Amino acid sequence: MKNRYFKNVVSLKLDKSRCVGCRSCLEVCPHRVFELFEGQSRIRDKDACMECGACAMNCPTDAITVKTGVGCASAILKSIFTGAEPSCECDNSHESDSSCC
Amino acid sequence: MDNQNCSCTNEKKRPTAETTENPDCSCRENQPDQVINAVSCCQMLPTQPSGNTVTRAGRNAHWIIGEIDTPIGIVPVIAPSLNKKDILDGWKVRWGINRMNYKINPGLYGMGSPDQDSPILVSCNYKLSFDALRKELTGLNVWILVIDTNGINVWCAAGKGSFGIKEIVARLIGTRLKEIVSHRKIILPQLGASGVKAQAVFKESGFRVIYGPIRARDIKAFLEADMMISDSMRTVSFTLYDRLVLTPIELVGTIKQSLMIFGVLLLLNFVVKEPFGLIDVGAYVGAVLTGCVLTPVLLPVIPGRAFAFKGWLLGLMGTLAIIAFSHQTISSGISLVGLFGYLLIFPAIAAYYAMNFTGSSTFTSHSGVQKEMRVAVPGLLFSIGAGGLLLLISHLF
Repeated sequence: MKNRYFKNVVSLKLDKSRCVGCRSCLEVCPHRVFELFEGQSRIRDKDACMECGACAMNCPTDAITVKTGVGCASAILKSIFTGAEPSCECDNSHESDSSCC
Repeated sequence: MDNQNCSCTNEKKRPTAETTENPDCSCRENQPDQVINAVSCCQMLPTQPSGNTVTRAGRNAHWIIGEIDTPIGIVPVIAPSLNKKDILDGWKVRWGINRMNYKINPGLYGMGSPDQDSPILVSCNYKLSFDALRKELTGLNVWILVIDTNGINVWCAAGKGSFGIKEIVARLIGTRLKEIVSHRKIILPQLGASGVKAQAVFKESGFRVIYGPIRARDIKAFLEADMMISDSMRTVSFTLYDRLVLTPIELVGTIKQSLMIFGVLLLLNFVVKEPFGLIDVGAYVGAVLTGCVLTPVLLPVIPGRAFAFKGWLLGLMGTLAIIAFSHQTISSGISLVGLFGYLLIFPAIAAYYAMNFTGSSTFTSHSGVQKEMRVAVPGLLFSIGAGGLLLLISHLF
């Protein structure tokens, strides 16, 4: 059985007019969200997107936009209390402060 | 995120540029011949003898099995298989032991007998990831460029930016790779792509980035096929095994809260009429196990999309089972108030821990988790609060 998350929540957008069909997004996407159609990229499975941002990062023409962020409830919970941006920082990290730098 | 399980830590200040001669500060191991200033070992870095050693692996690095002479110095050769210590240490890390400090020195390493034409694989300095990589490279002759991600796996480090352009470029220049190899290509793990802009790396270092397979076990096939890659090598999975190995750390994370809760129950037992007993503790432990282990393991077959709902559903079934069991074994059973308390509190606890597993999964988006939390967090807070109150009342009177 496949792991699937919610439908219609993902912030991924592809501006077709900017796409040059270089396949970069197809190469970096870990969920096969994109496919090539008539020499251009198009979104094949938007709900599979986990907003990691790899496609937008590697798109040479900035045709892709996505609001990236951690898909992690405890990170978001923590950010509510600390007021900081949610980031991937699991607990007990302070225990490692014995090493310098 | 992560499957590649978010072994995250606070971003600390990392050494900048040309860091090869400045192994990040596990100085005690790396400079056995120097008097170690434990207070600020970093300050000593510029004075350490760099000589013609490209990478300082550290004296305790048992996985170094030789060295290669290159035009710019000696590069350590790593073992293509894991020994007992590697495996044991890896399991400890899965259980949270030394997890935040399980790293190796960044720099250039060799596998087999690489030469100027051998491919360059880029990896992070989390030893669990590094081991997963090297055990798949038996029989290959490759260079491995380990960059400093502060002991974080590639995917998480890419999300945080430490597996990124700046560090990769600095490491490429610092190791003087251009003098070691004749080609200008580096292979990055595909999951590093969220932190790297391939074009920018090329512009700044002259090396062309090729995104290799997601899983280390596909690298051999990828290299043998002239770097042709299949869709399945490009797609991240989240198999039963992937999920299972992530559950110990979830459990370990609950120990502190659990001990506090047991402490409170113990204190309450001095004042309540009906003391909290094995059934209560059992129900709590069951809820934690449901959220941290059972839900992750059964994840794709549990109905629903929201992790919290999946956990709640299993938690509800477990709670009903425990209520039934208690009515069988205890003559008086659980009071009606206590029963409602049970139904409110224990499925909610399971739901909470299941929700936290979103951070370990490989497919949840930020927007999706936010959507889930908008409903789940107020719901769970109310449920746990009201359930706790009812449970207390049922025991008080």
